[in-house]
Amino acid sequence: MHRASFLAGVRDIAPMLLGAAPFGLITGVSAVAAGMAAVDVTFMSLTVFAGASQLAAIALIGSGAAVWVVLLTVLMINVRHVMYAAALAPHVRSLGLGSRAAIGAVLVDHVYAFASLRFAKRERDLDRRDYVLGLGLTMWLVWTGATAVGAFAGAQLPPSWQLDFAVPLMFLALLIPSIRDRPGLVAALTGGGLALALAGLPYNLGLVSAALAGIAAGTIADTLLAARRGEDA
Amino acid sequence: MTRPEVWFTIVGMALVTFALRGSFLLAADRTPLRPLVQRALRYVPPAVLAAIVAPALAQPSGAAIGPFDLRLIAGLVAGLVAWRTRGILATFGTGMLTLWGLTWLLG
Repeated sequence: MHRASFLAGVRDIAPMLLGAAPFGLITGVSAVAAGMAAVDVTFMSLTVFAGASQLAAIALIGSGAAVWVVLLTVLMINVRHVMYAAALAPHVRSLGLGSRAAIGAVLVDHVYAFASLRFAKRERDLDRRDYVLGLGLTMWLVWTGATAVGAFAGAQLPPSWQLDFAVPLMFLALLIPSIRDRPGLVAALTGGGLALALAGLPYNLGLVSAALAGIAAGTIADTLLAARRGEDA
Repeated sequence: MTRPEVWFTIVGMALVTFALRGSFLLAADRTPLRPLVQRALRYVPPAVLAAIVAPALAQPSGAAIGPFDLRLIAGLVAGLVAWRTRGILATFGTGMLTLWGLTWLLG
């Protein structure tokens, strides 16, 4: 273990913990509000370690969705990690399989952001695996701890606090900043509108098909806009 | 869902997520993503998140002012804050406070 690199990771991620800890608390609280056992959601944070997909799973599990619908939704929410893995892969090509697996295990959004920043600088004395582990293990510890605190404390809170509303609110808070341009808006309007129209379909099929249609609509809008820009140039 | 089913689901979620994160880090063949796939991946978050949010906010909760459900009003206020501030906690705080305030007013 290269201590300086590990500690550099811990230092870099520290400010992000201020955002991750309340997110973890809310995840724990809303899971208990949706009817999950506190131990179960803590186990979820420990093993899955992906906030937005966990919130979606919690809402779906609470509404009695089928297992495969939960897994498919998690797949769609977390598919962005493939981009992270693809972007970091050239920087860690020389590392062994175990080290690359360790990096993959903790590759959450913030970890990716810092790793890509520092790897691009090509610092010679930075051990890449241990830097990422410093970032990731710190985040993982805080995430799981905060979920546990939220879940066990949340079990004591009365239903009149309506904390189950936390889940749609958190998604709204993630959704709005994810709309960065016009194709993004097209994707969101298509996904949201179709999900409303298809809300009656069994097995939450409406969610899955609306999301896929939204992705297609955004991609088509982007392609059309790019083509038009190409003609203008 | 029974509790063992919940555990099974969680283990499945962990495996799916690790497979995605490990994908290009572990794969022997390291062909880069095709441009169309990269383009499509950019629109996954807005499409999926909107598909989750819209039905959740439109669902009647039982408490309403006229035709407007309290949760829908709180959601719209929070959405406005999200748009102006882009802050997760500001959005969350505004939404919960609005819902509590409206519930108290109607109480």
